[in-house]
Amino acid sequence: MIGVLVRMKVLLGLLPGICLLLWACDGESNREHSIPETISYNLHIRPILSENCFACHGPDANKREAGLRLDREEDALSALKEQPDRHALVPGNPDASEAYQRILSTDKNERMPPPPSNLSLTDNQIQLIKKWIRQGAEYEPHWAFVPPRKAVLPDIESKDWVQNEVDYFVLAAMEEAGLNLNEPADKSSLIRRVYFDVLGLPPNAEDLDRLAGKDLNLDALLDTLFANPAYGEKMAVHWMDLSRYADSHGYQDDYYRTQWPWRDWVIHAFNQNLPYDRFITWQLAGDLLPEAGKEQLLATAFNRNHKITEESGAIDEEYRVMYAVDRTNTLGKALLGMTLECAQCHDHKYDPISQKEYYQTFAFFNTVAEWGIEEASPGFSKKSPAKVPLMEIGEEDVKDILHFVNLPDSARRVQALLANMGKGTNYNSLLAEADVLKVSVMGEPDSARRTFLLDRGMYDAPKEAVEPGIPKAILPFPDHLPKNRLGLSKWLFDSENPLTARVFVNRIWQELFGKGLVATPGDFGMQGNLPVNQPLLDWLAVDFIESGWDVQGLIRKIMQSATYQQSSVVPPEKFEKDPGNRLLSRFPRQRLPAEAIRDLVLASSGLLHREIGGPSVKPYQPEGLWEAATSGRGNLSRYLQDSGKYLYRRGLYTFIKRTVPPPSMMIFDASNRDACEVERLQTNTPLQALVMMNDPVVLEASRVLAEKLLETGSPTPNLIRAAFYRILGRKAEKEEFQILLANYDSFYSGYSEEPERADTMLSVGEYPRKDSLPVVERAALMQVISLMYNLEETITKS
Amino acid sequence: MEKEILDHRLHINRRHFLSKLSLGLGSAALGSLMIPDLFRGNELSGDGGGQLGIPHFAPKAKRVIYLFQNGAPSQLESFDYKPKLREMWGEELPESIRMGQRLTGMTSSQNSFPLVGSFSDFQQYGEARAWISDLFPHTAGIVDDICIIKSMHTEAINHDPALTFFQTGAQQGNRPSMGSWLSYGLGSENSNLPAFTVLLSKGKGNGQGVYSKLWNNGFLPATHQGVQFSNGEDPVLYLNDPNGMRAAERRKMLDHLAALNQISFEKSGDPEIQAKIAQYEMAYRMQTAVPEATDLSREPEHVFEMYGEDSRKPGTFAANCLLARKLSESGVRFVQLYHQGWDQHGNLPSEMALQAKDVDQPSAALVKDLKQRGLLDETLVIWGGEFGRTNYSQGKLTKENYGRDHHPRCFSIWMAGGGVKPGMVYGATDEFGYNITENPVHVHDFQATVLHLLGLDHERLIYRHLGRKFRLTDVSGSVVPALLT
Repeated sequence: MIGVLVRMKVLLGLLPGICLLLWACDGESNREHSIPETISYNLHIRPILSENCFACHGPDANKREAGLRLDREEDALSALKEQPDRHALVPGNPDASEAYQRILSTDKNERMPPPPSNLSLTDNQIQLIKKWIRQGAEYEPHWAFVPPRKAVLPDIESKDWVQNEVDYFVLAAMEEAGLNLNEPADKSSLIRRVYFDVLGLPPNAEDLDRLAGKDLNLDALLDTLFANPAYGEKMAVHWMDLSRYADSHGYQDDYYRTQWPWRDWVIHAFNQNLPYDRFITWQLAGDLLPEAGKEQLLATAFNRNHKITEESGAIDEEYRVMYAVDRTNTLGKALLGMTLECAQCHDHKYDPISQKEYYQTFAFFNTVAEWGIEEASPGFSKKSPAKVPLMEIGEEDVKDILHFVNLPDSARRVQALLANMGKGTNYNSLLAEADVLKVSVMGEPDSARRTFLLDRGMYDAPKEAVEPGIPKAILPFPDHLPKNRLGLSKWLFDSENPLTARVFVNRIWQELFGKGLVATPGDFGMQGNLPVNQPLLDWLAVDFIESGWDVQGLIRKIMQSATYQQSSVVPPEKFEKDPGNRLLSRFPRQRLPAEAIRDLVLASSGLLHREIGGPSVKPYQPEGLWEAATSGRGNLSRYLQDSGKYLYRRGLYTFIKRTVPPPSMMIFDASNRDACEVERLQTNTPLQALVMMNDPVVLEASRVLAEKLLETGSPTPNLIRAAFYRILGRKAEKEEFQILLANYDSFYSGYSEEPERADTMLSVGEYPRKDSLPVVERAALMQVISLMYNLEETITKS
Repeated sequence: MEKEILDHRLHINRRHFLSKLSLGLGSAALGSLMIPDLFRGNELSGDGGGQLGIPHFAPKAKRVIYLFQNGAPSQLESFDYKPKLREMWGEELPESIRMGQRLTGMTSSQNSFPLVGSFSDFQQYGEARAWISDLFPHTAGIVDDICIIKSMHTEAINHDPALTFFQTGAQQGNRPSMGSWLSYGLGSENSNLPAFTVLLSKGKGNGQGVYSKLWNNGFLPATHQGVQFSNGEDPVLYLNDPNGMRAAERRKMLDHLAALNQISFEKSGDPEIQAKIAQYEMAYRMQTAVPEATDLSREPEHVFEMYGEDSRKPGTFAANCLLARKLSESGVRFVQLYHQGWDQHGNLPSEMALQAKDVDQPSAALVKDLKQRGLLDETLVIWGGEFGRTNYSQGKLTKENYGRDHHPRCFSIWMAGGGVKPGMVYGATDEFGYNITENPVHVHDFQATVLHLLGLDHERLIYRHLGRKFRLTDVSGSVVPALLT
């Protein structure tokens, strides 16, 4: 015992230097209140132990105190290393369980967790542990490491509500809490919701008219929408966040890069409904497939979308290692829902992932024949928009296999590469590259390179050599698979892999409902949240696998549920019972993502230029942002705004310069694409109000829509109604209409007195003005439309 | 109307806040949290949790003005006097000093590392007899108010990762900036202004650019994003109403907007709609408050004289220092300045003189100005770059000209006010100005100390993201008690 204590004190003295205090699990407060009949290790105990104990008594062998490990049953129940006559846990007997006694201890030198750790257990947590020990201290394997199975549909009372299997599971959980689904949403809300979720666009007036007056046939509508190429664009947005896609290399002078053909492929793949297993396999290992062609090779650009340095003086190996680390961490977060990166410097503190396993996984991505900083190496072009290994895309490719790549004419390509460049070495080398489009992809492995465990994650501190492998606790790597990225893909889609399907299904759920069934979409490990409805998650995951990884099928399945189709009204009693709406007793209203807000404004005003793919574009942006932040060097030192149709492309085509990303998107919580992101926040700030009021794109759209409507020659009230219908997807109520009309009148009278002010107002934007129309009416109508764009409902999926 | 909105927000904030409380809090602390902080916005999602708006202990500083010298000014021509380097001019850097430490790709292929002393002379100033280069006469004049730290060191050797490390505590670039952390931890003192603002300027020296990721909120909610200010026409992005719009018309439009949103609220019952109404009201108030806070036209003549001629030119470092004082005085928690142009790989003597001229007088004026207004005690001013520079010349060394490469092993910064011990020189380097010999201060120690001065414990200012608790100081750092009053 004394030995334990002494060691513990030594350890605590070192606390600031080690990271065991930085980790915590999600102590969900709703479990604080009552002690359930049966205590479950996964539901009740593991979160407590993970938060408070595993840092010193968990998977990390180097930080383990007193040789005691509490995360594995066989270790926790065996005799204590330093007191062979005592046991940390004695099933059925809390009094004999040393761990429990130490939790109770009032002696601050004895008590666990040790007081200097700032951790402590609540009475409720202590009671849970006591009862769990009394009930036999039974461990359960971590839920996410057990392959999902389809459970029998639960028996529920309100069968009348059910549309499909999803509802059985949702209702079962809800009934337990005394809740029920809302009434079905009204038709116009549901249509708008479905459009945003499938196309990322609002329904246009013609669609609404066509769907009016008869019952909604959702299946038929989905057939139409899935056939619309806007679907692929909508789905690409999230995939671009996850794949840290951008249009610049990301460091310092931050030159232009040309990864956009990969984005065009992503759109195409979603539109083809490429099954998820192939979608991922091509991206991870398209170059290794026996049937590999240019399309599969292009898909592998996924693993080259990370930042790449061009900063003079950078140390080659340091950055090369960093890129392989980025790929490894992206695999973890995006495809496995595991925080692999925690094992880069030491064994994982909470999840059963050793540092060695981290570098085994890293080994899959460490053999790329690439440079950390290419331009420092002899024979390389400077500031190239693509880095080796790379592929070239010529006009003949685009006519044939890569027909989905929207290749611009060479003049535009040259302009993108050489804009802002003063004459000199960099100019000359870029000029030499301008004639052919290049994309960084995965390629021929550098077979000479071996992988070593890196001490503390340092690139220059290699230790023992490791072979490619994966964290065994997830699923052992089958012997017959090749130890390369192709084998890794096969392992991901092994029918027993417990994570791949769950993680993807969860993110699709998150796209539709705002929050995943697991609220931590990038962490299905010990520190992640437990699924709010595991039987549902598992049912959907298995169904997804059985469907042949059919992505559209998955979305359709969820949308066919009453859960998805219910109204978003928030009844006060439901708000009281479940303020966070985790049980989904109403459809969660959600603010649209940055891209969809832009698309809504452009689409409803008729400004949207429907062209798919191609190089990213530079729409209006406040002046001077790139210029203020630049050293003056590089082809992105000045923001050369596009003109004409390029001003009106969908949000996903907006140029992302990583070091200065587009401000209106960032204000609406977009990702700056520094690293893989699997969720976005939904904040509500005054800066967002300023964007909606004053961003030229919103003002221009308001003007253009006003002009288009005035051209019809209808009376003003009809025009106001028509604009409302286009923007909000429903007819204005009488009361709403009165306010809109009053708004029109107030601007009308102001502008009548000073028509020159109206004229100034109409000067916004490059889109040609319709000056044959009356100025005062135009400007007043423009103001009413601008008001509509600022409505909360306009930018909300409800 | 407005009152109801406020009341409602207060209600929401409180409930939202109370639902997030996981740690025990005294009633006194809770009381102060009842003050509505509209700028904070409403955080709809995120798995954060944690303790907002709570100093962990009595703060010395309430606000920070950080004068970041972007590109890394040479410590050897500013605050770290090394006569030995003049004596040994042109001689090789001894291997016993370099000890095989890594070099950047720019000088690693150099076959000679000739030592070079400062082209400018040094004198001693103040009670601490601190050595300061003749390039910084005004800074020398405030020497008794500042604390010079000569023993800073960092982990990165290139600009982008080093800057990112200084500002976010990690090199890779997707973490919240220091200002975002303070906004998250302490909120804004002025509910009409953002808690974290950014001002940019450029000198004439070789520059390295800045990156807006440096004032990014990372995984914190977007309300904690740094807001870039300028004293130009549109001081905050999207702030100005379009040409031809009257303030009264905007007011009317907002009234109509609120009425329509209210109808929507009555139909759907979603409290987010009321939060949205409040955010529009806040935006409207910002439209008045920000131009007032950034208007330098009413500053008296002697103030411009103190900050120097440049302070009359919008966008200069001097004008930004004056603007920083105004914003800070208005309650902006963290004002971050960046002055670019400090990357003297070559032409160091001419460029460094120009850069010093840009910043010396206004930096000193800012400290004096705050002191005269009685604000220095509660305002922490920080001056410094992302790393230091080598004691040997990069490129050709001549009698008139030389350059210096990046040097992360030691560099100098200064701090003033806000609970920092004035008139002190802390830490020391060897006679070659290459290695630290006394009291090293790591970037994480520096960050821990800054947070401490603001009443925050760097190990407890945490945010939970994807199952892990993150902090500004990542996994290390200790407060440096010797720097505190």
